Amino acid sequence: MGSHEVAGEHQVAHHFKSALDEFEACKQAMWIFLVTEVLFFSGLFVAYTVLRVFEPEMVKAAHHFLDWRLGALNTVFLITSSLTMAFAVSASQRGDNKRVVRQLIYTLILACGFCVVKIYEYSHKFHDKLLPGAHFGNTELTANKAGLFFSVYFVMTGIHALHVVIGMGVILWVILRARKNEFSPNYFTPVEITGLYWHFVDLVWIYLFPLLYLVG
Amino acid sequence: MGHGVALAHGDNYINHSKGLKSWLNTLDHKRIGIMYLIAILSFFLVGGIFAMLIRLNLFSPGSTLVSPSKYNQLFTYHGAIMVFMVIIPMIPAAIGNMVLPMMLGAKDVAFPRWNLASFYVYLSGAAIACASLFLNGVDTGWTFYTPYSIRTSTSAVWVLLGAFVMGFSSILTGLNFVVSIHKLRAPGMGWGKMPLFLWALYGTSVIQILATPVLAITLLLAALERIVGIGIFDPALGGDPVLFQHFFWFYSHPAVYIMILPAMGVISEVVPVFSRKPIFGYTAIAMATFGIALVSFVVWGHHMFVSGQSEFANFLFSLITMFVAIPTGVKVFSWLGTMYKGSLHFHAPMLYAIGFIFVFTIGGMTGMFLATLATDVHLTDTYFVVAHFHYVMVGGSLLGFLAGLHYWFPKFSGKMYAETPAMIAAILINVGFNVTFFPQFILGVLGMPRRYADYLPQFTTLNRVSTVGSWIIAAGFLLVLFYLIHALLRGKKASDNPWKALTLEWQSPSPPPHENFLVEPVVTDGPYDYRGAKAGPI
Repeated sequence: MGSHEVAGEHQVAHHFKSALDEFEACKQAMWIFLVTEVLFFSGLFVAYTVLRVFEPEMVKAAHHFLDWRLGALNTVFLITSSLTMAFAVSASQRGDNKRVVRQLIYTLILACGFCVVKIYEYSHKFHDKLLPGAHFGNTELTANKAGLFFSVYFVMTGIHALHVVIGMGVILWVILRARKNEFSPNYFTPVEITGLYWHFVDLVWIYLFPLLYLVG
Repeated sequence: MGHGVALAHGDNYINHSKGLKSWLNTLDHKRIGIMYLIAILSFFLVGGIFAMLIRLNLFSPGSTLVSPSKYNQLFTYHGAIMVFMVIIPMIPAAIGNMVLPMMLGAKDVAFPRWNLASFYVYLSGAAIACASLFLNGVDTGWTFYTPYSIRTSTSAVWVLLGAFVMGFSSILTGLNFVVSIHKLRAPGMGWGKMPLFLWALYGTSVIQILATPVLAITLLLAALERIVGIGIFDPALGGDPVLFQHFFWFYSHPAVYIMILPAMGVISEVVPVFSRKPIFGYTAIAMATFGIALVSFVVWGHHMFVSGQSEFANFLFSLITMFVAIPTGVKVFSWLGTMYKGSLHFHAPMLYAIGFIFVFTIGGMTGMFLATLATDVHLTDTYFVVAHFHYVMVGGSLLGFLAGLHYWFPKFSGKMYAETPAMIAAILINVGFNVTFFPQFILGVLGMPRRYADYLPQFTTLNRVSTVGSWIIAAGFLLVLFYLIHALLRGKKASDNPWKALTLEWQSPSPPPHENFLVEPVVTDGPYDYRGAKAGPI
């Protein structure tokens, strides 16, 4: 077992028996990581649920101050970016590095679109003093404890946006590797697991959008 | 096994490459384990000094040594350091890192780079938490209950963020171990032939993976509460402080099993080896590990019986908590069944293992008092609780760690420690532990509250006994430190398999070569088949 197995230009790490073993280990690790992500967000979903159960009227009143059209636009951005990501993954499995680069650039552009909309929304909220907890100062929204809704809104969407930005960094790194023609039918692990991560980020938004923007 | 003796003088993981840099940048799981061990033992020393100061202050009634506010900081740092920096990573990250790949018959863990990263993440988190020492300290207790942790003028946010960062190290280790166990087992090692220490690490890793992220978001929200004032846990802004307790214990109760399961794994290795008998109830012990892991997620409310949660919730949590006793009992009786009619060898690891079974059983039984609603209301926040969790965490995790440290010391250092001082130290620590903490059960029942710098004069005698006990423990640990360092410098060379154990790590030279094995191991027999010639004396 001493010699290193070569797959494309990629060298299999010494403690794995084959390229397939290594690929499966990486993929399993990514899935486990995504489980930790689900549990990380679950705390926020519980906080949201508690707020909604105990203050249903306030949540209803406060959600009108979020623009559902912007939320919907961002949903379209992310779902489309998941599609281009899926194209990139399947291209990498065929070793078509050019197409990987092209599809990932589309993904990045859509992610940028998401961020621009988010920044626009945030700046509006700051302007209208629709802010978390102690900083809430909007005079139109008079519901009791409305600051808590915006605490939940900012923390949930903020942490999600952070995931989007980190994802963009990772996608950029994969693009640079694809430009060096590193991926082949024998080795496409980074594209595959980045894809898993990106779909997860998309999925979180698909829950956030109705919960925050489309309250009954 | 002839190859090992000849080659052990040659290339091994310690002399494979030289210089401090070759250690700091290493991807070798054995070296990373050693670095974890050194860091953890250093923090253990710091946390231990805080413990000694606490006991010294309580030698007589009145704030004799430190002011009450300083006392609050003492127990906070003692708790936070011992929980987050010592007991949680102690067995998995230090001993587990060294032993797991070797027990699997693998060359390394699945992701060596992430393994090294986890060590530096751990150090960074510890540094952030310790930075608070040089600012205003922290006095919230290791549980950071809101709203006090929002209001306190001390530097709580540093410790919150430090623990947040250390959580990622814990997750990375758990993730690495799970994937390693799935993908890197030696040929022939089916799930049913896996050593029980690996089953224990698997169960631990599952908890680390599932519970730690919830702690991360909790600590992050608590930190944001202090920095930005988001109000989710702050009653002044309409938030719910009890929600913080739910979040915190959803992690921190399973965390108790992150601390104890690996120790149980060590005991499951040590007991059959030093009884020269196959383990009793292999499958039962492996499954009990998952029983405990599963139940651990649905009992957090028993920390909150007096928090004002509904009586129905209290009843339910009380009932489910009782179930923990079943898998735990299965393990204890399996160890006893293994020892029964075995030919027992009372070397230091076995002394710690027997101490573990004795002390841990007391810890577990007193847990039943606290799970019972009626008695818990009386015992909440008294020294009974302090004694209970020290019997489990110190008597359980720490004794398990010491058993493992002595058991694997010859393998990873290549040297034998001196058996006589080791036996004396084991007896000192076991006796000292019981002298320190048994009186605290009585103090608790009599009504002495925890976390106070002062106490009523009638509690003086028992407190003095407890403090004297802490000196006996300290003497035991100093002795351990002394003879282990002596062994490293002047110890006799250890043979490849001084305990005649059957798990894979003992088939390699002591200390092991860089890639763990000279010949890739193939598993044919079970890890505990002490029958016939294999059952001979050590």
